[in-house]
Amino acid sequence: MPSDATAELPFVQPAAAQPLPSPGLFHLLSPKFISARARPLGKTENKSGRLLAFVLIGAVFWVFVFGMLYRLLKYFRGIPEIGALLAAKLLGLMFISLFGILILSNVVTALSSFFLAKDLDLLVAGPVDWLRLYGAKLLETTAHSSWMVMLVATPVLTAYGFTYKGGFLYPLVAIGAVVPFLLIPAAIGSAVTLLLVNIFPARRTRDILSVIAVLAAAGVVLLFRLVRPERLARPEGFRSLVEFISLLRGPTSPWLPSEWAAQGIMTWLRGEPELLPFYLLVSTAAAAIVFGALLHRWLYDRGFSKSQESGERWVRQGVLGKYVGRALSPWGVMRRELVLKEMRLFFRDTTQWSQLILLTVLVVVYVFNIKFLPLRGEGVTFFLANVIPFVNLILAGFVLASIAARFIFPGISLEGRTLWLLRSSPLEMRQLLWSKFWVGTLPLLVLALALVFATDVLLQVSGFMMAVSIFTITMMTFAIAGLALGFGALFPKFNTENAAQIPTSFGGLMLMMASVVLIGLVIVLEARPVYEYVGARMLRTDPDRSAMWLGFGGATLISLAATFVPIRIAVRRMRELER
Amino acid sequence: MIELRQLKKNYGSFTAVDSIDLTVPDGELFGFLGPNGAGKTTTLRMIAGILQPTSGSIHLAGIDLAEDPLAAKAKLGFIPDRPFIYEKLTGSEFLRFVAGLYGQDGDKVEHRGRELMALFDLEEWADELVESYSHGMRQKLIISTSYIHRPQIIIVDEPMVGLDPKAARILKDLFREYVRRGHTIMMSTHTLEVAETMCDRIAIIQHGKIRAVGTIQDLRVQATGGGGLEEIFLKLTGERAARETMDVLDA
Repeated sequence: MPSDATAELPFVQPAAAQPLPSPGLFHLLSPKFISARARPLGKTENKSGRLLAFVLIGAVFWVFVFGMLYRLLKYFRGIPEIGALLAAKLLGLMFISLFGILILSNVVTALSSFFLAKDLDLLVAGPVDWLRLYGAKLLETTAHSSWMVMLVATPVLTAYGFTYKGGFLYPLVAIGAVVPFLLIPAAIGSAVTLLLVNIFPARRTRDILSVIAVLAAAGVVLLFRLVRPERLARPEGFRSLVEFISLLRGPTSPWLPSEWAAQGIMTWLRGEPELLPFYLLVSTAAAAIVFGALLHRWLYDRGFSKSQESGERWVRQGVLGKYVGRALSPWGVMRRELVLKEMRLFFRDTTQWSQLILLTVLVVVYVFNIKFLPLRGEGVTFFLANVIPFVNLILAGFVLASIAARFIFPGISLEGRTLWLLRSSPLEMRQLLWSKFWVGTLPLLVLALALVFATDVLLQVSGFMMAVSIFTITMMTFAIAGLALGFGALFPKFNTENAAQIPTSFGGLMLMMASVVLIGLVIVLEARPVYEYVGARMLRTDPDRSAMWLGFGGATLISLAATFVPIRIAVRRMRELER
Repeated sequence: MIELRQLKKNYGSFTAVDSIDLTVPDGELFGFLGPNGAGKTTTLRMIAGILQPTSGSIHLAGIDLAEDPLAAKAKLGFIPDRPFIYEKLTGSEFLRFVAGLYGQDGDKVEHRGRELMALFDLEEWADELVESYSHGMRQKLIISTSYIHRPQIIIVDEPMVGLDPKAARILKDLFREYVRRGHTIMMSTHTLEVAETMCDRIAIIQHGKIRAVGTIQDLRVQATGGGGLEEIFLKLTGERAARETMDVLDA
């Protein structure tokens, strides 16, 4: 008899007696809160140092943005007629670019939080109703994709509030405009992802999305550069003042939430508050969420099931194994296999290689800027013409440092899960690190040389400056690559799944700062001999040879030290690592 | 042969492995048993050269691991409990990469790799990315790679996790044959039947110390009262018996 059987097993609960459990929205989000709270308290080394550096850099950034904007807005206020229009236009431009970034980042983030996150198995298998799951994941997506945007927007909005004396209620007005402004792209982005996942498998969608995101970002950068917005700052370029003012007065995009947010804030700041923009923002956000929720109810189960399908299975055995493998043979089996592995992993990971697109655009923009520098004509002295290529070296150094942070720095972190294999095999850690060094450095060197050579040709520099540039950038490339590996081993992020997040970690930040110091040191050391040489050429005398030796020798020594010392430290660190 | 002398591992004030002395001769399949957190994985990872001992020594095939780690590791194959491998390599590329780490390549290695993958029914998957493999398939791939360089000693942490019955059977036969040829295997397992049917000798470890070591017969004597390995294990480790489960479920 079934009833007796149940009585014998007291731990079996009669199913119908209790209402269905349904965990609340905040219960679903509680693991995220607890993890976020625990993160700064986690057992990481040098906690207080990291926190201090983070707070310090954050504060410097905020003060810098606030200060710059405050000065600009103050200047605008002083211009009669068009000052307020310019300020409003600027705010509108900021909101529209943030809106674009937010849509993209929400699409990418929603893919992780709605379809690929590890907690989903638990949530989907549990008695969680669709609306709460949607709400929890939408909030998670919004938080993840918006915090960076808020970090930028806060000092900007504060500067507006201060310049235009927004009053006590201004923060509330700003929050009232920003919160729905953030929710709209989150709901839209999540819906777009939901549709995409129902068409492609999630893992392929991630690949497609990362390429689309990078292409879009690259397109925006290129477009922005080609339009040459600096012309807006020169009203004399327009046919008449009336034309200029009418351009400023007209809304940039009246149908976009970015325009409503800017209008809502600007009308308040001008002392003529309007409620319509806020109505539009809130009602659109509500409509987007309702629409998103309905779509979620309709398509999520199917999409989630589809997202469990794996991505690409087959790969072509391309030129890599055949030709590169053969070319590397003289260096021994172990080195060849290490290098081949590095290259395969890089080119098969879409999130990694797609960054190359962005990089190409940055380089194009950089060369484009150099091409349009007004370096000919009046007021450009022989001296200035020789200083510019020197400044060019600093900028090229920064470009190299950010590339090294993207591609070389994460190398050690990405080995995290497979360290058991490398540690238990007869592989010398030195070999591993040097193979990573060369795989990263050689392409970097080619790029660096091409960049400096191209810009120097455009600048029509002298033979001496060309030689100095080529020599310096070569040394710098090695040094920056060495630093990237060293910092990568000192501050690894072994547990991350997304390689793109590693460069923005604490170690990545430290690497950038160290690179800035290195570039500064090398340039300062070389400035003196270059100045000597250029001066001597102008006066048609002989340059001071001891100053030349000292400057270039010092720069070389520092570069060599920055190459070898970090790698030595990294080798020691890797040997001691226990994973 | 594996020789452990006064092997100790501390994590801060916690002692995970406490002065273990152990010798596993050539031609022996040695089992390591113990409750969760007893120190099995820590011991195996120290032998594999992944963790550094706090004190004590490890000799692999007569080579001191601390003095000449590369030579000692060249004699070793390690199979971890969690099969983390490069997701963006294919199975055959991964095999080739591991062989390369041991300085081996060429037709013989290719042939051996194909044979090993075929043994575990992976040949159809050889050119597919590891990211599309199941847990069990990854485990099979790692087991295959541990044989690719023909090591003298194999260290295995939980070999049966995720394997289908056929693969489990193949692995048992492979291990037995390998040991018969004079090699050494040291493995940890929670599956007592596996330990009972496969291992020549067994050590039971708890709180980082070896409680008992010997053949099943020896352990029966030590546990005074005989019975199967499960009873011996529970007696020696003092684990709470299953009789309390009803209380827990009623709680």
